Amino acid sequence: MFMRKSDFFFFFIAVNVCALLLFFLHAVVIQGNSETLLGENSEMVKRLRLTDLCLFTDARYTRHPAMTDLNTPFQDHPSALEHFPSGTLAGPPPHLRSQ
Amino acid sequence: MSRLNRQRNIIDFTLSSLLRRKRKNTALVLVYTLVVFGLASVFFSTQALKREACSVLQKSPDIVIQRLVAGRHDLIAESYVNKVKDIRGVQSAQGRLWGYYYDPTVGANYTLMVPDGPFRGEGTIVIGKGVARTLHAQKGDLVPFRTYDGSFISLEVDDMLSAQSELVTADLVLLTENDFRQITGVPRGFLTDVGVTAKNPRELATIAEKIRRLLPDTRPIMKDDILRTYETIFDWRGGVLLVILAGSIFAFVILAWDKASGLSSEERKEIGILKGIGWETSDVIVMKFWEGAVISLSSFLLGCVFAYIHVFFTSSALFEPVLKGWSVLYPQFRLTPSIDPLQIATLFFLTVIPYTVATIIPSWRAATIDPDAVMRL
Repeated sequence: MFMRKSDFFFFFIAVNVCALLLFFLHAVVIQGNSETLLGENSEMVKRLRLTDLCLFTDARYTRHPAMTDLNTPFQDHPSALEHFPSGTLAGPPPHLRSQ
Repeated sequence: MSRLNRQRNIIDFTLSSLLRRKRKNTALVLVYTLVVFGLASVFFSTQALKREACSVLQKSPDIVIQRLVAGRHDLIAESYVNKVKDIRGVQSAQGRLWGYYYDPTVGANYTLMVPDGPFRGEGTIVIGKGVARTLHAQKGDLVPFRTYDGSFISLEVDDMLSAQSELVTADLVLLTENDFRQITGVPRGFLTDVGVTAKNPRELATIAEKIRRLLPDTRPIMKDDILRTYETIFDWRGGVLLVILAGSIFAFVILAWDKASGLSSEERKEIGILKGIGWETSDVIVMKFWEGAVISLSSFLLGCVFAYIHVFFTSSALFEPVLKGWSVLYPQFRLTPSIDPLQIATLFFLTVIPYTVATIIPSWRAATIDPDAVMRL
C-alpha cells in the first residue's frame, strides 16, 4: 500500500491528528448534549443546597472539602497525623489557608 | 529535486536508520508515550472535573454560615437564622441539617441530609445510587441505622436519586428532620449550618462582613470560596498533581539528557559515513531533526489519543484506585469531555520541542568534525 516509508509515517501522523480532531469534536458534541444533565444536577444542588462534589467518601473533610476545618484531619487522637489517601489529593480549601 | 522530495528522502533515510535500532527506539517511543499519556490523562481529567464542579456548584448557597467553638465547627442555634434574615440584602436564610453517618456493617460513610420543604413520611429515606449499590438496597427495603444512644431504627427506602446525579448525590441519605435528630442526636433548636441567598450577588462581601460583625462566633463561607476549593484541588500547580507532573518532567529530563549528552559510537560512525559520501552538515542536522520529530511527535500524538480514551471512555480506569483511596462507597460517573487547547499546546512544548532540540545539538557537534576523525573514533 505504501510506496515509501515516509508515506507510512505521514499516514500514521495524519490518522493520529484526525483522531485528536475527532476527539475535540466529540468533546464539543457531548458538552452540548450534557447541558441538560448539568442543568439537572445544578437544580439538585440548588434544591438540596449542596456545597460539594461527592468525590472522596473515606474521610469527612474530603467528602465536603469546602465545609471543613483545618483541624479536622488531625482530630482522631492527640498528635494524630493525616492518614487518609484522599487527604493527599484534596488539600485544605484556600479560604482556610488565607485566614 | 524539489524541496519536498528532498525532505521525503531524508525522512525515508531517517526511518530506515531508526528501524536499524528497532528495539531501542521502540522502547523509547513506549516510555515517551507513557510519560505523555500520564500527563495528558491528568490534564484531561482535572480540566473536566473543574468544569463540572464550576457549572454544577454555581447553584450552591451564596453564603454558608458555620458556628465555630474553640476553633471547631459546631452546631448553630435556630435563632441565628432570624438574625441573618434581618440583614439588608439577604433574600433568604435557611438552616441546613446534615451530618455524616458511618455504617460499620459495610464500612462506608454516608451523608445524612434533611431536604427543605415537605418530605415523604416519617421512617422513610431517599438514597443516592452509591448507597444503594453499597447496601444492595432496593425500593421498599429496610435499612437499619444505629442512633447516637446505641439503639437501632430501621428506615424504609422510598426512592433513589438518579444515577446521572451521582457526582453530587452518590452518598446521600435524605430523611425527615425527626429521623435525622433521632439518629444523630442533634437537639431541637439547633442546625448544622445556615445557607444564605443574597438579592444581589455583588453585595455578598458586604453581607458576609455584616454577618461577621453581628455573629462574631460564626464563619461565613462564600460561594466563591466553594468554587475556589475545587479550582485548588484540581489545580496542576498544587498537591499531588504537581508531584505527578514533576515526576513525569524529571523522567523526561533524564530521557532528553541522555539524548543530549552524546551520540553512540554507531551514530557517530553513521554521521561520519554520511559526511564522507557527500552529505552536508545541514543535511545531517535535518536528518537528526526528523529523527527527534518522528519519535517525539508519534509519542505525543499516541499519548494524547490514549489519554483521551482512558479518561473519557473508560472513566479514568487506571486512576480509580488513587481516587477511591479507602472509600468503600465511590460514585460511578462519566466525565463530560472538556479539552483546553492551551493545555495540549503546553504539553506539546514541554515534550516535543525539548526532545527534538536535544537530538539536534550533539548531532551538530558530531557533524562539524572531520568525517575521517569521526569514523576512526
